[in-house]
Amino acid sequence: MARKRRDRAGPFEYSRKLSLRIAFLLSAVFLYAPIVVLVVFSFNNSRRGGNVIWKGFTTKYYDKAFHNDSLVEAFTNSLTIAVVSTIFAVILGAMTAVVLWRFRFPLKPVFEGMVALPIVIPEICMGVSLAVFFSSFGLYVPSESPFPLNLTNIIIAHITFSFPFAAMVIRTRLTTFNREMEEAAKDLGATEFQVFRDILVPHMKPGLIAGALLAFTLSLDDFVITFFTSGPNTVTFPVKVYSMVRFSVTPEINAASTILILVTLIVTAVAMRFQSFEEVEK
Amino acid sequence: MESYRKNIRVFLAFFGPTAGWLVLFFFVPLAIIWIYSFGENSSLTTIKTTWTLDNYKRLFEPEIIGLFWRSVWLSVVSTAICIVMAYPIAMVIATASRKAKPWLLLVIILPFWTNLLIRTYALLNILGTRGRLNDLLHWFWNMGHGALELVGLGSLLGEQFEPIVFLGTPGGVMIGLVYVYLPFAVLPIYSSLERLDRNYLEASLDLGASQWHTFRKILLPLSISGINTAAIITFIPLLGSFLIPNLLGRGQVDMIANVIERQFKSANDWPFGSALSLFLLYITFIILAIQSFAAMRKRNQENG
Repeated sequence: MARKRRDRAGPFEYSRKLSLRIAFLLSAVFLYAPIVVLVVFSFNNSRRGGNVIWKGFTTKYYDKAFHNDSLVEAFTNSLTIAVVSTIFAVILGAMTAVVLWRFRFPLKPVFEGMVALPIVIPEICMGVSLAVFFSSFGLYVPSESPFPLNLTNIIIAHITFSFPFAAMVIRTRLTTFNREMEEAAKDLGATEFQVFRDILVPHMKPGLIAGALLAFTLSLDDFVITFFTSGPNTVTFPVKVYSMVRFSVTPEINAASTILILVTLIVTAVAMRFQSFEEVEK
Repeated sequence: MESYRKNIRVFLAFFGPTAGWLVLFFFVPLAIIWIYSFGENSSLTTIKTTWTLDNYKRLFEPEIIGLFWRSVWLSVVSTAICIVMAYPIAMVIATASRKAKPWLLLVIILPFWTNLLIRTYALLNILGTRGRLNDLLHWFWNMGHGALELVGLGSLLGEQFEPIVFLGTPGGVMIGLVYVYLPFAVLPIYSSLERLDRNYLEASLDLGASQWHTFRKILLPLSISGINTAAIITFIPLLGSFLIPNLLGRGQVDMIANVIERQFKSANDWPFGSALSLFLLYITFIILAIQSFAAMRKRNQENG
């Protein structure tokens, strides 16, 4: 098709139609306006009811958020949980992906469905069932345990809901693997483990990174399942914000939220960076 | 692909841990609430499994039927709004230039990566009676009122601006649901439009059909599978959503998940909470089964 500029939009050039462009723009405003307002009002210099009227610029609520011990603790908890559960989720996800990609075995579709189940079932069902599971088997790790250990229950829950997502991403990556490489390595005397370590894992790497970033964001994002598996002393950032929001809307929460949005943006940017590297490699 | 028998040790090394994890931390917990759903509270902290059906019978109490009805209609209407809004967005992204496409997609996906609690909290700031949306409406009201006053119709909009109450109303909850789940609806529609053979559209227009006619008779039927997928993957999380009705509904617009939460966190009625959770789970399964059945029938039809 000739790339010359036409006055009227062509048959499938909906992106050039003014009405559709306006629709897109309005939807984007709808999606972003609340977040922008939240960020702007985190700089609002007003004490109580601070989110009602603009009273001038200040960064004091960031200062306050950083010095709010329980908020900082919740933030540290969230990051710790995200890091630990991501490591396990990627390992389990990679193993699932390899099993599904490499082997034929009886009831394979059933296993496939079982792995996909945590992705589709309502979060609340999973949260409730894990809470009941931990308490009825006496598996609740006491909240007073030393720092990372007290988060064990939440970490287990996060691994359970995030590893199927990681498995999905890694499996997609494996479909591009050339099995002749594996055979060549074996012909040259490599053991099963050497093949796995030196050939399969390097090939999976972009999938592992993408899976890890997905698991990390899912873990940082989760509220419902954490809400049910956390104890009074093991509060994560979303659970903490939830309990603060129940009492009042304050600029401090806005400031803390802005920081988390920033963290998410950085993770997304890193993910995009890796994806574009991957495309260049191809 | 090789048979698991050929290399059974490697197979078990990979299969064992994942299957074990899944069974222990996913299926066993579900089995426990399944058993609890047939139990009753014998004291404040112990539950006796008596295989009673009372918890399921309670699902048919008018109060709970009303709750289901509210959850379903809120989810259906929100899903419909999501799809109507998502379709033009998907059309724009699918036909954008190669360079613009990833950026437009990012615009839609980015909010989806932002924490759900933060997004809901952000809406809380917007939707209050003294929130930003009412500020905006007030501003419009002032403009309209001023204009009408000039032509002597000052009383038409009332004496004073009445802020609209969003929080604690189904409307407010619905705004929240659409806000959060809109990106879910965009992606499947976008991918179905992207795969579509554009020659059909050109042919339709060449043969003299109008843009609208082409849209209705060609584009819409060809993208129906994307719309179906969008409907399913927005509807399922919508029906089970907890945070949005909880924070924006202020206890006035409860959905199923809010009542489940109350059974476990405050009412301390685990057996009934378990029955409710399983009911929600069954609905999810039924929807998924219907969808895969429809997909299967369609594939058979296409194969002759």
